[in-house]
Amino acid sequence: MQTRNSDTHYGWVAVAFHWMMAPAIIGMFALGWWMRGLSYYDPWYRQGPDIHKSVGILLLVLLVARLLWRWANTSPKPEPAPRWQQQAAAAAHWVLYGLLLAISVTGYLISTADGRAIEVFNWFSVPASLQGFENQEDIAGLVHKWLAWSLMGLVVLHGLAAFKHHFINRDATLRKILGIGARNNA
Amino acid sequence: MKKLAVLLFATLLGATAAQAAEYQFDTKGAHAFVQFRIKHLGYSWLYGRFDKFDGNFVYDEAKPEASSVEVTVDTTSLNSNHAERDKHLRGKDFLNVAKFPTATFKSTGFEPKGDGKAVLTGDLTLHGVTKPISIDVTEIGGGKDPWGGYRQGFTGTTEFKLKDFGIDYDLGPASQTVEMILDVEGIRK
Repeated sequence: MQTRNSDTHYGWVAVAFHWMMAPAIIGMFALGWWMRGLSYYDPWYRQGPDIHKSVGILLLVLLVARLLWRWANTSPKPEPAPRWQQQAAAAAHWVLYGLLLAISVTGYLISTADGRAIEVFNWFSVPASLQGFENQEDIAGLVHKWLAWSLMGLVVLHGLAAFKHHFINRDATLRKILGIGARNNA
Repeated sequence: MKKLAVLLFATLLGATAAQAAEYQFDTKGAHAFVQFRIKHLGYSWLYGRFDKFDGNFVYDEAKPEASSVEVTVDTTSLNSNHAERDKHLRGKDFLNVAKFPTATFKSTGFEPKGDGKAVLTGDLTLHGVTKPISIDVTEIGGGKDPWGGYRQGFTGTTEFKLKDFGIDYDLGPASQTVEMILDVEGIRK
């Protein structure tokens, strides 16, 4: 399997980015939703948010690396489909990136609103930068929540579209991102 | 004649001043504080405050029992020096400030106990619930300020159970009751 993308295949780097981030992103949504309901005496009351913040920062780093890799690279041509579907798919991918970026930034703005840094797994810490907006943590929190729900809506659509390509159109869209190449019996 | 008019005016002014005077909280100069404290796990005191509020009071040294107070607090201005905690305290688990952005206190009685001490009773509206509370008040001092005004200041403390105001997030058995520490300096209107 090649490192870089080609006109017909994703290289292993792009495949690795996709499959490292996808489960983490869905897990982050679940964790974020679950931890808000924890009682004060729950052992996860502190651990849940600590993990959520640490993974969030790491995901942001991965996202930036992924975008740089994408720009320094070609992307496989989409499978034959009506033009509007190809355009919608491309738009959805960019909205996914945009939402991920915005969710990361708003999450960061919640925890750093008072100037505190974010500790990433006792490994390194990210200092506060933007702070001092009135009720910054509340506004950032509200935006963070609704963007996360929007992201999940789009993730469902993205997954359904992949299955549609695989089972209905019987093309190589899903196989490409799994890194197993084109169908030879199609 | 002109002199007489001035004298009369001055007497009238003096007479009104000696009567129940109205005071505005000095929020502009931040000589008033609405603070709270609650035990953390039963191991220490956590302090917080509301940064935005306003109020006024009527106070007459000669007739203190006629005193009254009104305070309006912007609950979104809660500040406990920790953004994540403030967000939690403003949220639905506690003050639900999106739904209840203000808390108010309106006095219904003032009972002097001598020696500058008194008990102030009134209705506190917090989290959409109105309940009578009583505040132990101590007069700190009053008199002319160096800039031509007249000021009067008090400190007050009270406590109530969060549950009484419909806030039932469980912070543990030692953290059911919150204490309020209220310090005001009023400028005579």
